[in-house]
Amino acid sequence: MHIIVCIKQVPDSAQIRVHPVTNTIMRQGVPTIINPYDLFALEAALALRDKLGGEVTVLTMGPPSAEDSLRKALTFGADRAVLLTDRFFAGADTLATTYALATAIRKINDVYGAADIVFTGKQTIDGDTAQVGPGIAKRLGLLQLTYVSKVGSLDLTARTIDVERRSEGGVQVLRTRLPCLVTMLEASNEIRRGTMADALRAARAEVVKWSAQDAGVEDISKCGLRGSPTIVKRVFAPPARAERASMVEFGQEPPADALIKAIFARQPKLEADLAELARGY
Amino acid sequence: MIHERFDAIVVGAGMAGNAAALTLAKRGLKVIQLERGEYSGSKNVQGAILYADMLEKLIPDFREDAPLERHLVEQRFWMMDDRSHTGLHYRSDDFNEERPNRYTIIRAQFDKWFSSKVREAGAVVLCETTVTELAQDAYGRVIGVKTDRYGGEIHADVVVLAEGVNGLLGSRAGLRTTPPADKVALAVKEMHFLPRETIEARFNLSGDEGTVIEAVGTISRGMTGMGFIYANKECVSLGIGCLVSDFQKSGETPYGLLEAFKRHPSVAPLIAGAEVKEYSAHLIPEGGYKAIPQLYGEGWVVVGDAAALNNAIHREGSNLAMTSGRIAAEAIFQIKSRRDPMTAENLALYKKMLDDSFVIKDLKKYKDMPQLLHIQSQNFFLTYPQLVSKAMQNFVRVDGTPKVEKERTTLRSFVKARSWTGLFGDAFRLARAWR
Repeated sequence: MHIIVCIKQVPDSAQIRVHPVTNTIMRQGVPTIINPYDLFALEAALALRDKLGGEVTVLTMGPPSAEDSLRKALTFGADRAVLLTDRFFAGADTLATTYALATAIRKINDVYGAADIVFTGKQTIDGDTAQVGPGIAKRLGLLQLTYVSKVGSLDLTARTIDVERRSEGGVQVLRTRLPCLVTMLEASNEIRRGTMADALRAARAEVVKWSAQDAGVEDISKCGLRGSPTIVKRVFAPPARAERASMVEFGQEPPADALIKAIFARQPKLEADLAELARGY
Repeated sequence: MIHERFDAIVVGAGMAGNAAALTLAKRGLKVIQLERGEYSGSKNVQGAILYADMLEKLIPDFREDAPLERHLVEQRFWMMDDRSHTGLHYRSDDFNEERPNRYTIIRAQFDKWFSSKVREAGAVVLCETTVTELAQDAYGRVIGVKTDRYGGEIHADVVVLAEGVNGLLGSRAGLRTTPPADKVALAVKEMHFLPRETIEARFNLSGDEGTVIEAVGTISRGMTGMGFIYANKECVSLGIGCLVSDFQKSGETPYGLLEAFKRHPSVAPLIAGAEVKEYSAHLIPEGGYKAIPQLYGEGWVVVGDAAALNNAIHREGSNLAMTSGRIAAEAIFQIKSRRDPMTAENLALYKKMLDDSFVIKDLKKYKDMPQLLHIQSQNFFLTYPQLVSKAMQNFVRVDGTPKVEKERTTLRSFVKARSWTGLFGDAFRLARAWR
């Protein structure tokens, strides 16, 4: 079995600052991490491999420094890492990104064996579009399972996979034919701690680096900024809210009572609504 | 357990660990370095000043790509009371040289770069891997380390302990004692972000010029301690540290001291309007020569802060760390080249080489200084700064008092506070400790 996991190196959003004057995101000095959603995808892939055998290849597109993220994925236990890096890829929106990644996946299929499953995270924390996973599936003609909360059984002879998928108002239990693409939801599993053997192997492993040409890109105009119809009109930081916190004094009465009294004093409608709701209980 | 055998295991990827791993790898030894943090530098909070000479010995062309902040052209010493400071500034255009001697750096970035050089030299660097204990054989000889990763025991001929000031591994294995509270300082630091131009205007700098302010006085409330302000490119590192035992005795809080230091009328204008991005705390070995633990044993050596190698008087720590790491590696290489085992007897070579270096010579020179300053802290950190401030104000304030009278007042204030015997005694002890 061969599983490909697409990951992305993203700035740690918890540590991003917005420039006070220009309102642009200050990326300089912000530590990078593997997109947290992608770690759920990686763990799902590693768990399947551990159960059924085979290999896990991690793939990313990014600047040369994205190698750090791939090496980290190897430390978790992935078998192989491919870095798609080329200045032609810079400035890609989701359309151009899916084109490049789909091309690279075809090449991986050729070189390292056809993938049975492609895993991605539900979305990234920097772009937040949730378009890249489905976009790759569309371009490769793969069946797609999005928002998967649990990977169930995988039958290699029947070539089917069972998953649980979160949908509005419930959970869908689905069976799909392989090959397919799965995008993983948050909290669907917990990334493992790599063993010492994994860590040693990762420290020494050679990350495969492909340029656009290496990956077999045929139409360079579909890559990067040139291949991206998306236009960023404006980047801005939402202004801080003007409301101030207020302190509630309480004397003899319990603090919670004082707090509720203070809230109702400001929101008389809320009190009336709640009283209405509470009637009959 | 990993069956692959290494020549050396380096525990820790700070200045000492990186210097040791780099030197060992460059000498062709098979080295594995283990670091607890996500990357080398990720746990580091030092302020910091880099001394070029010691790094040049390891990486001669470091200026080409190391993340350096500013080269220092100026050093300011401040003696402070609550409202004033008496300063000694040394600034020289000689420091605007082609290969400057000292730089401010931010260790989190610098160490990451340093570690990339260690990797390039051929060492295996494993981060996010905590060494939990030393692996010892039946005779107590150190044969490797145990880590928090599954299957994580690794064996090697020698373990270089560069684990930092707490020295947990060494203590756990009974190779050393935990540093006592009067031999370590607790320093707290904040990073204040300001536009580059603002920093340059406030500190009188241009281009990549940098300055350092070191301050003693009432800011440490009578405890043995020091405040510092470093001008980086786009931020100001500012902090204060005092002996842990003094904090215990006085009940003062480190953040309380830092807040007061920041509010001091001499300091506040330098950081006005800045955005605070980081608050951190760290221990610093302050015991000097007399606090240095056993430096080597059967299958192990200890370097850097873990060996308490820090010159408190000149505030040199990271360069002693780098140098001890390099010297330990050189000693190991020599023993290895002779195909000798890494016994305590052979590893004594490290101690011998270190004794011959500036590291131990400098620490020896000031061997009585820590004790003098620690025991007399009230006088040196409270009484004298206040007296000096009063004297300076008396000297510069023009109020119709005859100068003879002013001088007499100043002298009287000194004698009253410390008595003639006290003054001469302090001067004598200070001179002797300095000698």
